[in-house]
Amino acid sequence: MTTDKAIHYQGHVHELQKKLMADYYAQLTAIAKGQSSTKNAHLLIAGNPVELIRAFGMIPVFPEVNVLQLAVRKQSLPLIQKAEELGYAVDNCAYVKADVGLYMNGYQAPYGTVPKADLLLCNYVGCNVYLNWFEHLAELTGAPAVNIDVPFIRSADGEPSTADLHYVVKQLEELVARLEEITGTSLDYGKLRRTVENSALVGEMWAEIKDLTKRRPAPYDAYFDSVTMMAVLYCLRGTDEAVTFFQAARAELTERAAKGEGPLPEERFRVVIEGPPPWPFLRVFRDMFSRWGAVAVASTYSTVGGIWEFGFRHDPQRPLESIARHMLQYNLCNRTFLQRYDQMARYVDEWDADAVVIHSVKSCRLFSAGQGDMREYFVREREVPTLLIESDLEDPRYFSQAQLRNRVDAFFEALAQRRLTAASDAAVAAGGRR
Amino acid sequence: MTLATVVPLDVVERYRDSVEDRTFPTVREWRARTGRMVTGCFPVYAPVELAYAAGMLPVGLFGAGNQIEMAHADSRFQSFICSIVKSTLELAFIDRLEPFDALMFESICDPARNLASVMARNFPQRPMTYVHLPQNMTSPAAVDYLAAEYQRVADELGAVSGHPVGAEDLRRALGAYNALRAQLRALYRLRAASPEKLSTAELYTLVRLATLGDPIDVEPLIAESIVTALGREARAKDRIRVVVVGSFCEQPPLELIAGIEESGCYVVDDDFLLGWRLMKGSVDETGDPFRALARAYLDGSLHASTKHDLRRPRAAALIDSVRATDAAAVIFLGAKFCEPGLFDYALYRKALDENAVPHLFLEFEEKMWNYDKIRTEVETFVESMLFT
Repeated sequence: MTTDKAIHYQGHVHELQKKLMADYYAQLTAIAKGQSSTKNAHLLIAGNPVELIRAFGMIPVFPEVNVLQLAVRKQSLPLIQKAEELGYAVDNCAYVKADVGLYMNGYQAPYGTVPKADLLLCNYVGCNVYLNWFEHLAELTGAPAVNIDVPFIRSADGEPSTADLHYVVKQLEELVARLEEITGTSLDYGKLRRTVENSALVGEMWAEIKDLTKRRPAPYDAYFDSVTMMAVLYCLRGTDEAVTFFQAARAELTERAAKGEGPLPEERFRVVIEGPPPWPFLRVFRDMFSRWGAVAVASTYSTVGGIWEFGFRHDPQRPLESIARHMLQYNLCNRTFLQRYDQMARYVDEWDADAVVIHSVKSCRLFSAGQGDMREYFVREREVPTLLIESDLEDPRYFSQAQLRNRVDAFFEALAQRRLTAASDAAVAAGGRR
Repeated sequence: MTLATVVPLDVVERYRDSVEDRTFPTVREWRARTGRMVTGCFPVYAPVELAYAAGMLPVGLFGAGNQIEMAHADSRFQSFICSIVKSTLELAFIDRLEPFDALMFESICDPARNLASVMARNFPQRPMTYVHLPQNMTSPAAVDYLAAEYQRVADELGAVSGHPVGAEDLRRALGAYNALRAQLRALYRLRAASPEKLSTAELYTLVRLATLGDPIDVEPLIAESIVTALGREARAKDRIRVVVVGSFCEQPPLELIAGIEESGCYVVDDDFLLGWRLMKGSVDETGDPFRALARAYLDGSLHASTKHDLRRPRAAALIDSVRATDAAAVIFLGAKFCEPGLFDYALYRKALDENAVPHLFLEFEEKMWNYDKIRTEVETFVESMLFT
């Protein structure tokens, strides 16, 4: 029932993304090498104010994207070990360790050179490691640092309080003053509105693209293929290039959906995947699901940087407030663990999934801490078959291929069996009625 | 043990066992005596005054130590999550949190935050409040935010206890905890000045008692202990003076703390139970008490691994502590899997090396029973300092 045939996942969208990301890293490299005077800010993926950075003509640098690419290229381990030699623990987040190792290596990466930050802008959006990470970068590099403190969601209805919103907007105003100092220019509100408008357009198209996987078959894998689009969504959000890219992506994927094409020859199982991917073994990991005809129709990982599929859009008429709302409310990381259960339950229901797969990564406790309870919830209270597997997003030492494959195989075998039994029961019942 | 040669501290003798007892006998006694409610406060720092102002007793909830076997929580939280998160949940599963009418969690780390959610889902009948402590210490807007946050938390707790928190209630609570913390600071000063008169095991027991009792009751007990300890005639032993850091949340077993001293150290500063003595001075009892408590957290509190104050690196604060207490070395005693602590160690190590302060890295788990390995490591470390 499984297939081990090589599957080609690449499409036009992948090619476009590669080009855009190569251009992006060429810009970073030019800054690092002193060939460009563009200022940069290092910031983090989850719920960030990148629109402000772009409005000042600065370029954002995302350490998370830098280090995940090292992992994909199987170059993270020596950097992780370099950080461990400096005193970082085996149990510390490997993203941070790889970034520290990268800095110690002169920020030289195979995809380009990372410039030292003109500003370390820690958007503290749920992830406490973010705070440690940028604090360490500040100490190691001597770059100036600022924390934007985003109050975590505490209300039962998921709404931030007026005080929360006011607090974040105030900090964004303080950030504007800081960016004016760094760039020596005043904020151009017209440019900010255009940037926010671009984010709104991209958010709209991303939501439409996400909606496509409600179809059968899903035209793309909402976990493994989403990461291709997420790179542009995060690194280029607010730019014209991002808008153009998402127009192309929407057109291509809509066409695939219309033709009834999916990423696999046959879509046998529809799953919701929770947790970041194991970047050092992305392809191997994907194949474990593909051979069973399992396609992700939704994923929580694709909402780390923002949740647009449930209606949020940036508002160019109220740029700072909408950026603040994005940071507070409309990204996975600043929402409670139970809100994530609800989000996944919506995916299961509205995207019509057969099962939940939880990929628990040791590095990221924001994601993983308590996922055993999440499994309990889906299995016991919602009666959704749920697989919980463990590895890591950056550190290849935690990826046990044979063990993972056994777990995945056993899970889908059981799912297939359950389906057969259900079909057989239905046939018997139908026969009885005749 | 050192105690044999000096006058015992009655309070320590009386409470030595009960402070580690996870049936919470002192809390049950208080509850029965007063008929009032209790809020369990997860470390590191909880604004306990808010619970007290709502007529409740805020009680430190430091996991289960080595008192229970894990049977349920292991299936909810993975093997790479620290013990205190799991054992606190386990206490709920085995009904040991029965004396607690409400729980308070704070934004200290990712597992603790997710624990708040897991606790709320599994035990919806027990109200839970989550406090977001600010991490932008320089924004002028932070004090307004935190004052509003404290007002929200006070409203929630007041709704549970049926005693809405007014400004005067909170001022009285500030007064009670100011008095308690003043005694705790005196206790720390006494130990730093004369560690031969007050062992860290004794000090720890007294501070732990402060996390379990009504400040009105505990403050005189600590004052009495200080007087007794000051009157002791103890001779300083040939030990090295050390600062211990890394145990600000999950707590090492008392035997381990005693073992470190018995292995040749005088602990002259530490971050055990840090949140309960976080304020460096008294919180202003005049004016708006919510703002005063917020201001104290932002500008008048000790450095902590869960408080990211870009104005002052924590490694520099550690070096200051070493200098101020005339310590010869630092022992990093970190809880296994505690990410905030482990991150800090990397920066501490760099700063300690740069300042030529000898240091030792130790890892513990609250549930450990055997301390031989750690004792041997400390003894070896001490010998290396005394004899090389």
